[in-house]
Amino acid sequence: MTRAEVRQAILNIIEELVPDEDLSNIDDKEKIRDQIELDSMDFLDIIMELRKRYGINVPEDDYPNFITLEGCMDYLAPILKDR
Amino acid sequence: MFERKRIVITGIGLTAPNGNNLNDFRNALLSGKSGVEKFETRYMGQVVAGTCDFDALKYQNKRELRRGTRAGSIAIYCANEAVGDAKIDMTSVDRSRIGIYVGTTEHGNVETENEIYNISKYGYDTQFWTHHHNPRTVSNNPAGEVTLNLDIKGPHYCIGAACAAGNLGLVQGYQMLQLEEVDCAIAGGVSESIHTFGIFAGFKSQVALGTHELPEKVSRPFDADRNGIVVSEGGCLYILETLAHAQQRGADKIYGEIVGYANNSDAVDFVLPDADTQAVCMQKALDFAGLQAQDIDILNAHATSTPMGDQQEAKAINKIFAASDNTFVNNTKGHIGHAMGAAGALELAGNLPSFQDNVIHPFLNLDNLDPECEVRNIVSPDPLKRVPIRYIMNNSFGMLGINSCLIVKKFEK
Repeated sequence: MTRAEVRQAILNIIEELVPDEDLSNIDDKEKIRDQIELDSMDFLDIIMELRKRYGINVPEDDYPNFITLEGCMDYLAPILKDR
Repeated sequence: MFERKRIVITGIGLTAPNGNNLNDFRNALLSGKSGVEKFETRYMGQVVAGTCDFDALKYQNKRELRRGTRAGSIAIYCANEAVGDAKIDMTSVDRSRIGIYVGTTEHGNVETENEIYNISKYGYDTQFWTHHHNPRTVSNNPAGEVTLNLDIKGPHYCIGAACAAGNLGLVQGYQMLQLEEVDCAIAGGVSESIHTFGIFAGFKSQVALGTHELPEKVSRPFDADRNGIVVSEGGCLYILETLAHAQQRGADKIYGEIVGYANNSDAVDFVLPDADTQAVCMQKALDFAGLQAQDIDILNAHATSTPMGDQQEAKAINKIFAASDNTFVNNTKGHIGHAMGAAGALELAGNLPSFQDNVIHPFLNLDNLDPECEVRNIVSPDPLKRVPIRYIMNNSFGMLGINSCLIVKKFEK
């Protein structure tokens, strides 16, 4: 997957969690939770969907990588590059 | 003995398989419209059930719907409808003085089955088990979701009482108002039970799940050819207040006044009901209300369309009401099936408009009365005009021999 495809994969997951929100103007460098109403349970849903869709197990210590969209992409792009 | 306050019903919100507000529900009962349809369920294929089609997005957004449970969604819909019906201004009322008391037959089965099915797709690896499971399955979930939706800070919990739960939710609200724990009670019952295949499978294994060529004919309480129940979802929540509180805030309608109730246990069998104890329950409710059998104008029978259950209840009714020529017996499960935790609450709601329009809705599908179920003044097949109608008795009985009986009076100043 390209970096752009990884970005879209994350947004696809978030879209299902918050179907009422508009994700078109999301800033990759800003904290996701400052831009979209996501709580800690939603965050765990993102981790779960990564597990279900891509077989990725994110250890708890790595959760801080997911604060911004850019952080998500930095973390996941190497893992998903061959998918 | 402390002096009891007068407790009145000032709002109703409901969803039934044949109507999503009191007017539609009432009209469906009067016109013999069934809400029972074919229903697909996991592992069992096609069954019949009463399903509700209320607009779940009326009071919740998609995210909230996704986060919560079906029972929570039903409770939220009913609570909001009831609050609106009672014209309670949630911005000005003290929301820490509102209590939520929701009767349920069971809770947690739907979510647990869904999750087990979910992880079965991943080789039963529990890493795939949802973190949402616990808040969804705690027994207070349906009531708790209402507090989140309406920002209510008062007490909330569910009352687990099998098929008597709808009445008992109301009783709990009544009692909390007497104790001055709250100024307003949102009380009644809900059921999401059709979304668990287990309930159908359980009843089928018990040889208690009804069948008929036509879905709308399966549920046929008191009928000679009845052979089992229809499982339904639904919900009905009432706004209960003291009369003083209702008058002080200028409540513009009072559907009725709760004047008596009783709750007892057969202590006989896990499943089979006991006519003698049911009769004691009805008598206790009459005694509480200071009434004679003769005073009851409408008696809504619990009757679920099982061969044994209906017969036992008829026996119990005859023990108390055989001498009453004034008591007219009707039933709602022919129309809507058995709405489990919502049943008692919905069935009462179906009768409350009789205080105003003086019409008693009939049984449905009572084509051929079983002689074992003969009681006086069965209302069937047509609605019956009757003046006056002052007292309604509402029966709800459940597994493990739980019995409840509620008496509501036409409001008179």
